[in-house]
Amino acid sequence: MYRYFVRRIITMCVTLSVISLLVFIIIQLPPGDYLTTYIEDLKAQGEVVDPKKIDFLRAQYGLDKPMASQYFVWVTGMLQGDFGYSFEFNLPVTDVVGDRMWLSMVLNFSTVLFVYLMSFPIGVYSATHQYSWSDHGLTFIGFLGLATPNFLLALILLYLANVWFGTSIGGLMAPEYIDQPWTWGKMGSVLEHLWVPVVVIGTSGTAGMIRRLRANLLDELQKQYVVTGRAKGLSELRLLTKYPMRMALNPFIADIGSLLPQVVSGSVIVSAVMSLPTTGPMLLSALQSQDMYLAGSFLMFLALLTVIGMFVSDVLLAVLDPRIRLDGGVRR
Amino acid sequence: MDDLLQINDLHVGFETRAGRVEAVRGVSFRVRQGTCVAVVGESGSGKSVCAQAVMGILPRNASITGGEILFRDPRTETITDLAALDPRSEHYRSIRGGRISVIFQEPMTSLSPLHTVGDQIGEALRLHEGISGEAVKARCIDILKLVRFPDPDRAYRTYPFELSGGLRQRAMIAMALVCGPALLIADEPSTALDVTVQAQILGLIKDLQKELGMAVMMITHDMGVVANVADEVVVVYHGEVMESGMVGEIFAKPEHPYLQALLRAVPKFEYGDDERLIPLREIKPHTGHLLKPRPLAKMTDTDKPILEVRNLAKSFTIRSEGMGSGGKNAVRITAVDHVSFDVARGECLAIVGESGCGKTTVSKMIMRAMDADSGEIIYRDQGEEINLSTLGDTEMIPYRKKIQYIFQDPFGSLNPRMTVFDILSEPLSIHNVGDDTYRQEMVIELMNLVGLDPRYLNRYPHSFSGGQRQRIGIARVLALQPELVICDEPVSALDVSVQAQVLNLLKDLRSVLGLTYLFISHDLAVVNYIADRIAVMCRGRLVELAPRKLLFKSPQHPYTRALLDSVPFPDPSHPLDFEAVRDSTMTHPDNWPAPYDVRDAADASLIDIGGGHFVRAHGRQDKRTVA
Repeated sequence: MYRYFVRRIITMCVTLSVISLLVFIIIQLPPGDYLTTYIEDLKAQGEVVDPKKIDFLRAQYGLDKPMASQYFVWVTGMLQGDFGYSFEFNLPVTDVVGDRMWLSMVLNFSTVLFVYLMSFPIGVYSATHQYSWSDHGLTFIGFLGLATPNFLLALILLYLANVWFGTSIGGLMAPEYIDQPWTWGKMGSVLEHLWVPVVVIGTSGTAGMIRRLRANLLDELQKQYVVTGRAKGLSELRLLTKYPMRMALNPFIADIGSLLPQVVSGSVIVSAVMSLPTTGPMLLSALQSQDMYLAGSFLMFLALLTVIGMFVSDVLLAVLDPRIRLDGGVRR
Repeated sequence: MDDLLQINDLHVGFETRAGRVEAVRGVSFRVRQGTCVAVVGESGSGKSVCAQAVMGILPRNASITGGEILFRDPRTETITDLAALDPRSEHYRSIRGGRISVIFQEPMTSLSPLHTVGDQIGEALRLHEGISGEAVKARCIDILKLVRFPDPDRAYRTYPFELSGGLRQRAMIAMALVCGPALLIADEPSTALDVTVQAQILGLIKDLQKELGMAVMMITHDMGVVANVADEVVVVYHGEVMESGMVGEIFAKPEHPYLQALLRAVPKFEYGDDERLIPLREIKPHTGHLLKPRPLAKMTDTDKPILEVRNLAKSFTIRSEGMGSGGKNAVRITAVDHVSFDVARGECLAIVGESGCGKTTVSKMIMRAMDADSGEIIYRDQGEEINLSTLGDTEMIPYRKKIQYIFQDPFGSLNPRMTVFDILSEPLSIHNVGDDTYRQEMVIELMNLVGLDPRYLNRYPHSFSGGQRQRIGIARVLALQPELVICDEPVSALDVSVQAQVLNLLKDLRSVLGLTYLFISHDLAVVNYIADRIAVMCRGRLVELAPRKLLFKSPQHPYTRALLDSVPFPDPSHPLDFEAVRDSTMTHPDNWPAPYDVRDAADASLIDIGGGHFVRAHGRQDKRTVA
């Protein structure tokens, strides 16, 4: 068990370093760098650019050095918590990202929580009441959730929230709190705004999760060991929670790993539509303007989330399922 | 009421899309206290549904539509009508698992893999006796000891997937018995087990029944099991009781035609050479002009064996991927350990052995579905000798037509998305045999050959019964007119009456078409019926090879003897010796006495003891090996 964790952590580190290399190469792949994009922009606006100034900037940002050393500087910087410098904002990446990172994490975490809290009881109910009217109804709503485009749902919910609760349109807080220090009022405002993007981003995930859980649980309910439990005289509720539900949890947990990055990347468009102060829209613009350190940091953050999600789900699976923990025992 | 359980005119119906189906139609029988009643029937007879009705665990779409199930609890002397009780009610739940408990057929799936054996056994105690903690553990360990677990303390903590099939079934029995039920329902408790393990489990149930004074309701299809454990027998067919009575009378004087037919269809050991099983419906193979009868006498080189297997060996590496191990302790397991035998042209050689003995691995290597580690497979084709084990994949293709394979599972071996016509013509199109008209004609002849109506050619496999599907599988094998057919447990998934039908068909086809069979089976009675010579395998070793009669008359090897001792005869006057079986350790080579021991493997070989009888032992002066 212990060695398994150590092995997993080592693999994680290797994966992350490979990803960092890939991220760096992909960002560098389009011709030119941030400065050429910058010059193009200036030229398009009809301004004259002093070649000396460009060379000076290039030297200062270290863009004239070979790729390998640029990569090395970037990676070692990240390890020390220095994520580099954003050319576009003329600020260190940490300052640019600032609150946005926290707000996205709050948003994404709430979404995952929403997905699990909603899908679990509904999935279990659907499976245990298979082909009843309530099952069909929930399935129908689930498919609606899957099929509705997120941005459309976002616009509808924004409108409804504004009409019914007077919530301001767009953003994660009322306009008067933006760039203000954190207070209880600001927190309340965030909570008031949070539910709309959470519902919007979480709906399709919830619908998918309900389907998966229902299918898994239906499979498990057919199994012989459920009949064995019933034959022992267990009540239906205890039987359900002790045996099939435990088994159906496995794919639920295995999904953690893939759910995190899915939620993060899925929220980019919604965030743009709802102009949320999260990382999504910023990643988009950073990639467009070849702001390499900013974009690189975002991508690394996504990779980190995925790898950690996978690790958490693997560890949980090992803890919950003795077959994974003790595999390699007796086999016919 | 003196009886423990009385079932009176029970009706159980299933709601299906096609409408209501009555699975049990007016079944009545009784179970007296402390006795064993066997409910016998073939698949679909409603015998398991009866058991489920008593337990109150009928599937959701089934319900009791009439009759009563009276259960008299000997502890409280109260009589309850279980048919009228709500299966979810508190009262029913206190009976279920507490006063009546059940063992199922599949020990692999009947236990939850996520909970320890102790947890699952103790659950019934916590539920019905309201005890907890150490008291539960002590009772569990007691019961594990009673069902003869070698190390009860350890067993308490293990997970079911760490145990072998026999031990899992013991755990299941322990779970059923832990609350001291008045009635144990055993639903095919030994069907999925090896014959030696089956004998031990049956003996265990019989002992415990005496010890605990409980009644047993044994659901089974196996007349051998019935003859050995039952006091009374109830024969059901299509949801109705055909005949019931004491076990001696049932076997000695069967009155109902169905029971008489069933008993005639069971393979017995006292058969003469020309005696045939009588299935409920006989099939006569009809040959046509494409598939002409090929009497053996007209064939060339009948004196030399068609197949020679020499020192065939195969081992597998099992990587243990336990979390603590880092995947490094790979274990090599010898699946087949230098096996040699011949198959004469036109004969039926049977390989018998229990699960994991390597019999299927041998057959797969002959088919070249798996490559041997070492050894030779020599196939003789019209005076030519070909070593199949050295052929490349393309060179092998012409010989694939000559050697064909019949599979065990009639459901899994036919593609459900292909019509029967496609299934039967596929081998012809793979090997580019004939044109469309030839194939059309051939397929029709094949259907006639296995006794199926050619009008069914456009149907899909799901519309056929298990026996019919197996016949389609046989027809597919014959499409290429092979010379050697490997039959891997071809009848073990079939009901007794259908089994007799398919066995007779195989027998007839062999003589009509001059086929040679390599017949793989675990069932000695079946083998005795169809084989000319029998090879016994155990843990990858071929331990004994003899003509059928010699093997049954004077088995030499300790494992062969143990195997023969474990077979339940469908004859109450010929009971199993449960005492001897219980302590039998001969299934493990380490326990074989000299000269059969395996300590010095290089020295051991098959020794001819006369009359074509070979036994694996350490060398004597007069040793002569098969090779």
